[in-house]
Amino acid sequence: MDFLRPADWSEALEAKAKHPEATPIAGGTDLMVELNFDHRRPEILLDLSRVEQLRQWSRLPEAQGGVLRLGAGVPYSRLIDEVGAALPGLAMAARTVGSPQIRNRGTLGGNLVSASPAGDGHPPLIASGAEVEVESARASRTVPVAEFFTGVKKTVLAEDELVAAIRVPEATGPQQFSKIGTRNAMVIAVCTFAVALHPRRETVGTGIGSAAPTPRAASEAEEFLAAELAERDQWRRPTPLPESVVDRFAELVVNATAPIDDVRGTARYRTHALGVLARRTLGWAWEEYRNSAETAGRQGCA
Amino acid sequence: MSPRSSSTAPTANHAHTRERGAPMSNTHTTPTHRPQHLDEEIAGGVGESPLRPDGSLKVRGDFAYASDLWAENMLWGATLRSPHPSARIRSIDVGPALRMDGVRAVLTAEDVPGRNLYGLKDLDQPVLAEDVVRYRGEAVALVAADHPETARRALDLVEVDYEVLEPVLDAERAAHDDSLPRVHPGGNTVRYQPIVKGDPDAEADVVVSGTYTVGMQDQAFLGPEAGLAVPAEDGGVELYLATQDLHTDRKQTAAALGLDPEQVRMTMSGVGGAFGGREDLSVQVHVCMLALHTGRPVKMVYNREESFFGHVHRHPATMYYEHGATRDGDLVFVRARLYFDGGAYASKTPVVVGNGTTLGVGPYSVPNVRIEGWGMYTNNPPCGAMRGLGAVQPAFAYESQMDRLAEELGMDPVRLRIRNAISRGDSTPSGQVLDYPAPVAELLRRVRELPLPRESTAESTNPDIRDLPGGASNTTHGEGVVRGVGYGVCIKNICYAEGADDFSTARVRLQVVAGEPIAMVHTAAAEVGQGLVTVQQQIARTELGVERVNIHPNDTSVGPAGSSSASRQTYVTGGAVQAACRAVREQVLERVAQRCGDPVERLSLSGGKVVSETSGVLADLAEVLGSEVVEATREYHHRETFPLDEQGHSERAQVQHAFSAHRAVVDVDTELGLVKVVQLDCSQDVGKAVNPDAVVGQIQGGSAQGLGLAVMEEIQVDGGRIRNPSFTDYLIPTILDMPPMNVDVIERGDPNAPYGVRGVGEPPTISSTPAIVAAIRAATGKALEHVPVGPEHIVE
Repeated sequence: MDFLRPADWSEALEAKAKHPEATPIAGGTDLMVELNFDHRRPEILLDLSRVEQLRQWSRLPEAQGGVLRLGAGVPYSRLIDEVGAALPGLAMAARTVGSPQIRNRGTLGGNLVSASPAGDGHPPLIASGAEVEVESARASRTVPVAEFFTGVKKTVLAEDELVAAIRVPEATGPQQFSKIGTRNAMVIAVCTFAVALHPRRETVGTGIGSAAPTPRAASEAEEFLAAELAERDQWRRPTPLPESVVDRFAELVVNATAPIDDVRGTARYRTHALGVLARRTLGWAWEEYRNSAETAGRQGCA
Repeated sequence: MSPRSSSTAPTANHAHTRERGAPMSNTHTTPTHRPQHLDEEIAGGVGESPLRPDGSLKVRGDFAYASDLWAENMLWGATLRSPHPSARIRSIDVGPALRMDGVRAVLTAEDVPGRNLYGLKDLDQPVLAEDVVRYRGEAVALVAADHPETARRALDLVEVDYEVLEPVLDAERAAHDDSLPRVHPGGNTVRYQPIVKGDPDAEADVVVSGTYTVGMQDQAFLGPEAGLAVPAEDGGVELYLATQDLHTDRKQTAAALGLDPEQVRMTMSGVGGAFGGREDLSVQVHVCMLALHTGRPVKMVYNREESFFGHVHRHPATMYYEHGATRDGDLVFVRARLYFDGGAYASKTPVVVGNGTTLGVGPYSVPNVRIEGWGMYTNNPPCGAMRGLGAVQPAFAYESQMDRLAEELGMDPVRLRIRNAISRGDSTPSGQVLDYPAPVAELLRRVRELPLPRESTAESTNPDIRDLPGGASNTTHGEGVVRGVGYGVCIKNICYAEGADDFSTARVRLQVVAGEPIAMVHTAAAEVGQGLVTVQQQIARTELGVERVNIHPNDTSVGPAGSSSASRQTYVTGGAVQAACRAVREQVLERVAQRCGDPVERLSLSGGKVVSETSGVLADLAEVLGSEVVEATREYHHRETFPLDEQGHSERAQVQHAFSAHRAVVDVDTELGLVKVVQLDCSQDVGKAVNPDAVVGQIQGGSAQGLGLAVMEEIQVDGGRIRNPSFTDYLIPTILDMPPMNVDVIERGDPNAPYGVRGVGEPPTISSTPAIVAAIRAATGKALEHVPVGPEHIVE
């Protein structure tokens, strides 16, 4: 096995162009397991750990609307510590990943490229409307996260492409993330759900994990809720959501899933649990929004 | 540790085709990484809690486990395992594998030099499969290569032609359906045992019944199976390994290798946990075969996945129970049928049936009993020893039944238990009178009085999600969370039973080194993490009145100690060390008695002095010993036990019984089915706490293992295949799953046992599981007749 260690991003892209069969490795928390089990035998490993640019994050100019650009090599622990306030949903998901050691090693870019249906980082990125910056020596492009995954462990990446960064719009409203596991820590998701309220755009984002071959949004649920909120002028004058709205939202979330029975849980349980999570997370997010609106209202009067 | 450098030249001959018995050209090789001496000083005698010498090494990650063994010029072994639960082997072609670069040997059943059969109770398991394979994972061929990866890849090149057969997968059906294929020629029943007492058809005012099932649990020890075999000049072999019982391993290994036991010399290397999973052979014969065949040191170490196939598991069980009682709550009868799935080979299945049936009513006095137990062969993974052997499964059932009965009677479940608790002088269903303290009622009262945790976090306005079910996964902020409290109590026999004489041997040597008297204790008793090394030092220090006690590495150059199982080592090896120390002391004191005229009975050893009851300090021990070495070897045999007859009767089937009681407090997210055990408290009688801190450690660890069985640990077997052979999907409790414990240790000494000790390690594994499930039932109202309880059992 050859081991390539590019010193910077352009070297990395050149190496990938020259050796399209090379398998990139960042934190190694997925890939090393596969190597140890002999499930994969890459001819070439492309080690990205020396590429400084991948480990940086920045705020894009305000003109682009408050977007954080997260280098693909930023580990979960730094997502929690450094961008948790701006991206609360992603930080909540990052806290549920593996153990502290895994969170120190594992990266968001690696989570995307591994493309496990159970990837904890995916649902909040989808709910936030994040985009993946994909680059090769020949070109670069951005792909909406929801379109990045094409199947179990499959992505849109061409063989010469690498993930440079993930662009995530900063939260402008409450975000929530919940994960079901059969242990209170260090567990692979049975299913996950993320919701994000976007008051400025007056839209709702969702993300579902571990309940279909790829992570996905519950688009009908998003549209239903956004329409309900707009119709009742709830964004400006929020009141408690009627039970019927919450139930319908949860029902549409469940309708968006295609779960299976596997060693971690049954399809029936996943369906049930996602309904509960959808109701609860929406409830928490909406309560937070109402409280913040109330606070803002009081400040306005003072 | 400080690795010792090799004192030998590398082997001169690398030929891999050498026939067994051909002269060895290599000189003796010593592993460069080898077991460390745990001779660090500890202070403290019996009843104190000195730090264990391996403790800080293990915490720092410096402890050398068997998987760290290394020898110059060694090869790596790997095992080819059957992909089928049941198949006939038509042919095996090792040629392609043997031709692979770096491969030094490929061995099959034909290469087993001696008897190709082993087993703890029944000789029914081949070292390497001959004509048939009986479970998915059975060893079929071995490879030795220069590199572990080469060995592993060579396995893919061994061509085995299988004729796949219909597997037997249902133990209960196997017990009654003679039309099923026979897993072994003698039929599918390993053991059937009834226990009948009083009128088995008695009737009662109040009757409750239930069917309970227990999933297959894994020992999940952290150090996988490992060993290093080094061929010796005399044609024998030195084996460095992690095991629970050196001498039983040696006996079986020597027979399979066709060697005299003296030619197979075993040295214990760092054991990373055992819990019963190291009683059966794993790498032992395989690695020795490869070493003897190649003439080179060979190391084998399983990875985690292979470990799931490389050792036995806890027997899954299906249990039908019926309890009858008077309206006042006095038990009238217990009737039960217990089916244990032993998998492809017998291993400890006969003992599981014996323990399961004799202990099947629990720690209660019951006038009328009929319990039947079946231990069956199937083509599922083999099951054998695991902590709480055979007592874990019925305890889940009989404690569930006691709760069901209490509900039916409208009675407090603890009161019902106390009312029926067995006590000293009562007899068990097999007719054994308990002639030692049996404080079951006292344990229940005590555990009930332990402080309860504060009210559920879910009630508070701003709960910390880490205290709630789901923890940091943020699944509830209090919604759906209900608290429940439940109790469980159990009985477990200590030491081997039904006529076994599982004695232990200790050699103790006392001499002066650098002006100071030093004792050396030598046994073959396996330190598997329970703290036996410290216990042996404490006993020697107490009996010989010396400060310095060294522990000789465990090996087969001393007599057998038996297995580190059945909660027996402090009892029997503690007894042997005590006896050997007293024999040494006797010799020393006789010398002084002759010199000083005081009778021996009036003399003692204390603080390095010889002390007389009448005239105080007589002499320094160092002075008395001079340059002499005083040594004694003693065996300790526990009191005799006897087999069960056809009605399950025996005057004394078991040596001793131990009891523990748990109270569990849980918060359950009743909408999602997620559980957080908030507190788990235990009262246990340990007879005498030789090392109180270690006793508490055993109770905490055992309780954690019982918690695992209650809410998460299950090897999922489908069609004879394990679906989750990894720690990714076989979940064991983390520190965020295991709650704080109040541990209440009482000491009601057993007059038959050394220092009055009572086995400690197993009971807490047994009573914790039913207590937790009772608490979940209290919170949810669900019947919950299977462990582990999963979220889907609670919400569906």
